[in-house]
Amino acid sequence: MLNRLLRTLFLPVYLLAIPALAWAEEAAETAAEAVPKIDTGDTTFVLISAALVMLMTPGLALFYGGMSRKKNVLSTIMYSLIALGVISIQWSLFGYSLSFGPDLNHLIGNLDWLGLKNVGLDPNADYTATIPHQAFMVFQMMFAVITAALISGAVAERMRFPAFLAFILLWTTLIYDPVAHWVWGVDGWLRNLGALDFAGGTVVHILSGVSGLVACLVIGKRKGYGIEPMIPHNLPMTVTGTALLWFGWFGFNAGSALSAGGLAASAFVVTHLATAAAALSWVIVEWIRHGKPTVLGAATGAVAGLVAITPASGFVDPMASIIIGLVAGVACFLTVSVVKKKLGYDDSLDAFGVHGIGGTWGALATGIFANPSVNSAGTGLLYGNPEQVGIQLISIGASWAMAALGTFIILKVVGAVVELRASNEEQEIGLDFTQHGEDAYTDLALSSSPFGGGMPASKTSAGAVRPAL
Amino acid sequence: MTKIECILRPGKLEDVKDALNRCGVHGMTVTQVIGCGLQKGRKEVYRGTEYSINLLPKIKLEMVVPDKDLEEVIKKITGAARTGEIGDGKIFTYKIDNAVRIRTGETGDSAI
Repeated sequence: MLNRLLRTLFLPVYLLAIPALAWAEEAAETAAEAVPKIDTGDTTFVLISAALVMLMTPGLALFYGGMSRKKNVLSTIMYSLIALGVISIQWSLFGYSLSFGPDLNHLIGNLDWLGLKNVGLDPNADYTATIPHQAFMVFQMMFAVITAALISGAVAERMRFPAFLAFILLWTTLIYDPVAHWVWGVDGWLRNLGALDFAGGTVVHILSGVSGLVACLVIGKRKGYGIEPMIPHNLPMTVTGTALLWFGWFGFNAGSALSAGGLAASAFVVTHLATAAAALSWVIVEWIRHGKPTVLGAATGAVAGLVAITPASGFVDPMASIIIGLVAGVACFLTVSVVKKKLGYDDSLDAFGVHGIGGTWGALATGIFANPSVNSAGTGLLYGNPEQVGIQLISIGASWAMAALGTFIILKVVGAVVELRASNEEQEIGLDFTQHGEDAYTDLALSSSPFGGGMPASKTSAGAVRPAL
Repeated sequence: MTKIECILRPGKLEDVKDALNRCGVHGMTVTQVIGCGLQKGRKEVYRGTEYSINLLPKIKLEMVVPDKDLEEVIKKITGAARTGEIGDGKIFTYKIDNAVRIRTGETGDSAI
């Protein structure tokens, strides 16, 4: 048991030894340059956007948490909460360097920016000429954080926490960072190819959604899936999460303009319209098929729209965004209600159905609807550039492949060292207690219970102590 | 003394409590329960998947009354709780050995 624990810690600790190397080097002081010049409007906007995107991760925690069963809500929330810790540190140590650092063979960044060396307060002309480099770095950090958290939706209610920790650290380093480099890094091969992804349809949503699908297949279904009803325990919590996601996504998409101006405004508008359209289309389809419009449907539809508009947000006009949203709502709804049932996989909280499929449609739609009068950098099929669709398909395919293959391998490696899946008994008791020793809703009965609830555990207690149910 | 245990529709709790208070029964214990009888469950939909929920929320009301009042109390409960539809609930009665009022130590009929 101790050996396993040590082995689990081996990989992250090895990686965490890197700051020692960074400190050994002298920090290069960058002299203040006359050009490029920091724009206070742009900087304000990007920093606030970074804060908005950060808020999306606890928002996601609540979105997923409300949909879990009561006995698992804390573990579901913890997957997202811990990502804020782990991935933020990873990003500052070496993740940012791998993603956006000077290019190596169009596949990955080098380690010139290890420990944020040379990532200072002056702008980096490659990525954004008007805001401090650290502002860009921290903005991108929030994207990496939430991408890791998104995967948890597919494996919620049964992935063991130590395995999840090891998994997201390796996954971000080996999958997210390279693909972010391909799509957004200077000289990344997909960026050079002309693939359009404004805020992360491929990098964030396809990667996390497809990885989630592979993960839920490798780890297996929850005990009792298909037999016991596994229904949301707190939909108001889910809606709270949806509200934070919708709000934060304005930072995610509009902030990706990296400037405060017309493009940011355009991205803001299309983000909102696509989301509204998708919420409506999901609700309507569900109403027709099942007879009632549901709150969960409106919330999920909205998120599907947010996902789909993400890659397109800086390239399409408002009317196109409505179409993108309408289709996203329907496509994601059919995936989670029809396809999932037919194929029988247990994507607990629909990470693949919403993010994988939504991101795929969004990336494709970008190739169709990209309007050069919105952003001269993007021209799609409808504006005389059919090749863009082909380029988007390559980008989509590369993301799918990297996510699927990479996740499979990483899980096999992690699984060789620690147990991935909570045992049937652990699932029965609930992951909140078995993984975290906590109870989400300690009500009056528990704190004044005859079991001595509320008192610290005595040293002589033997066997598992269950919370009163 | 007889213990009365009733399973009621949640919406009927207030009516039954009022009826009992008016005929002098003030002590009772109320629990939220789920259960089924002849009433079939209902269908709930989450993300396009339908679930059959076969256990429905009900209210359990428990009280202990002197034997002389038993018939009257049951009539009052039934009158307040009946709607005529399936799912109105059930009443069960049990003979009680004894009862004790904790504050004073009284036993028997004066304890209830």
